[in-house]
Amino acid sequence: MSLAYFLRRLGAVLAVLCIVSVAVFAITTILPGNAALMILGENASAENLAAMERQLGLDQPVLVQYLHWVGGVLHGDFGTSLRLQLPVAEVVGEAFWNSMALAAIALVAVTVIAIPLGTLAALKRGTGWDLGIGLISYVGTALPEFVTATLLLVFFADPVRQLLPAGGFVSPAEDFGGFIEHAILPSATLGLILMAHISRQVRSELSEVLTSDYVRAARLKGVPEGRVIRRHALPNSLAPAVAVISLDIGYLLGGIIVVEEIFAWPGLGRLLIYALQNRDLPVIQAVTLLLAVVYAISNLIADLIIAKLDPRVRYA
Amino acid sequence: MRKIFKSPTGIIGVILLTIVLFATVFGPWIAPYDPQAFDARARLQGPSMAHWLGTDQYGRDLLSRILSGAPSTVAFGLGATVLGVGVGSVIGVIAGVAGGRTDSIIMRILDGMLAMPELLFTLLIVTFLGGGTTQAMLAVAVTFTPGMARIARSAVLSVRTREYVLAAQARGESRAWIVGREVLPNALGPIIVEATIRVSFAIMIGATLGFLGLGAQPPSTEWGLMVAEARQFMFRNPWCVAVPGLAIAITALGFNLFGDALRDAFDPKRGH
Repeated sequence: MSLAYFLRRLGAVLAVLCIVSVAVFAITTILPGNAALMILGENASAENLAAMERQLGLDQPVLVQYLHWVGGVLHGDFGTSLRLQLPVAEVVGEAFWNSMALAAIALVAVTVIAIPLGTLAALKRGTGWDLGIGLISYVGTALPEFVTATLLLVFFADPVRQLLPAGGFVSPAEDFGGFIEHAILPSATLGLILMAHISRQVRSELSEVLTSDYVRAARLKGVPEGRVIRRHALPNSLAPAVAVISLDIGYLLGGIIVVEEIFAWPGLGRLLIYALQNRDLPVIQAVTLLLAVVYAISNLIADLIIAKLDPRVRYA
Repeated sequence: MRKIFKSPTGIIGVILLTIVLFATVFGPWIAPYDPQAFDARARLQGPSMAHWLGTDQYGRDLLSRILSGAPSTVAFGLGATVLGVGVGSVIGVIAGVAGGRTDSIIMRILDGMLAMPELLFTLLIVTFLGGGTTQAMLAVAVTFTPGMARIARSAVLSVRTREYVLAAQARGESRAWIVGREVLPNALGPIIVEATIRVSFAIMIGATLGFLGLGAQPPSTEWGLMVAEARQFMFRNPWCVAVPGLAIAITALGFNLFGDALRDAFDPKRGH
């Protein structure tokens, strides 16, 4: 991995984040419903409103407001939540880790399940296995998260059998078993769509690689079939799968918003919907920016992994 | 077109799409009941001869509600996609044809827009515009624009250096003629394929917005909203969430499979 490649990619990520910060600020600043009005309520007098606007810096030019906000963010100060009256960094920080835990469980489970499934489908091409796996993955991509979540709830969380909790959260530090129990349904919901994408990608790449010259050469040389797949075919078909996983982080972060809302998981998604409903601008800005940062960083990591798996990329 | 019917997925896609489009066009007329008619004696029933798919919490017939919701759901998906694909393609073609600085400025802005997860972007715009079907449709269209622009641009770039374009340039044809007659028709394939697949995303996002209360508003029979309204009662009658949920899935799956088959037909190399 050349340092130049890494720096170039890092520079691109930083440039994108600058644009995102402008976009987030622009969208939230033009949101109807002034922050001062939010705090004081509908019946506030014009004088009080003006005073509050001065206090919040809303009377300043937009550029000054933006620079002030970015300056704060760079110091870890996201302002104060208008509704909760707490520092945004505090509120967002806890939600962030809850969300990341959920995303990580979903992602790990998906990778562990999807890559072998895709491999199986590629090896048994044209058989019932292949068709079945293909069918599941097609259905997976056609079900929006809220439908999957609702159907899973109907099957696994009905009040009579109570196989799994219908929602809520238990801190892993207090009760790890309870934490996992509460994480199963939300992460399964998130996982279904990802599993569909990744297993399909692995299947199509692997079946292409299996017909390549170097795989045929290895077979002719008398290399055992298991070794051919593990050493020659699979590593070469994983780079595109990693690319798909990195794109899927975008779905994952979007899906998390819906899934957390349905399963009452106290993460960034639930916080965002709460903030959107209450027009809590500082929280909306912080959550959006944070999600964009996570997305950008995971894309960067994926690019680096791909470059590692496939040396040709580095020179592109 | 014939190639689409060669793959089993293509056939399934066409069948599903036919059912969905039939329901979209004729749904409101063939619905057996008034989709808004309450029936206090037939609340939360499972499927029966009288109500083929059961009834919801107010005793409204689920089949009739699904059929009457089909036009708005499908129109939402098509409308949002056409808008997003149209605007995105124009931007992408301009970037691809212009090249140079114009191209790189447009692409950097698009990169910034693409750096936000899709649903997050849509949610922000919907909140800004205020909930409602039209607003939700605009939001999805805006979200689709940067991705479509990228695809249109790369389609134009891959065509731009082909021999027939060079030949037209050598003949001294005007720029507009080359773009309109040589580049665009040949770059259209990938754009159409992507648009077909995006219809299914648009329908799913639209339903999600309806579910979150940011899209269609009651008493609309939009399918996502139906799931949201019936959620409280899902353990007493799973049908009232399963029916609209599966309707969304069938529609999305139809467009998805059809789009995949189109892609394979356009580009035989990708078929496996």
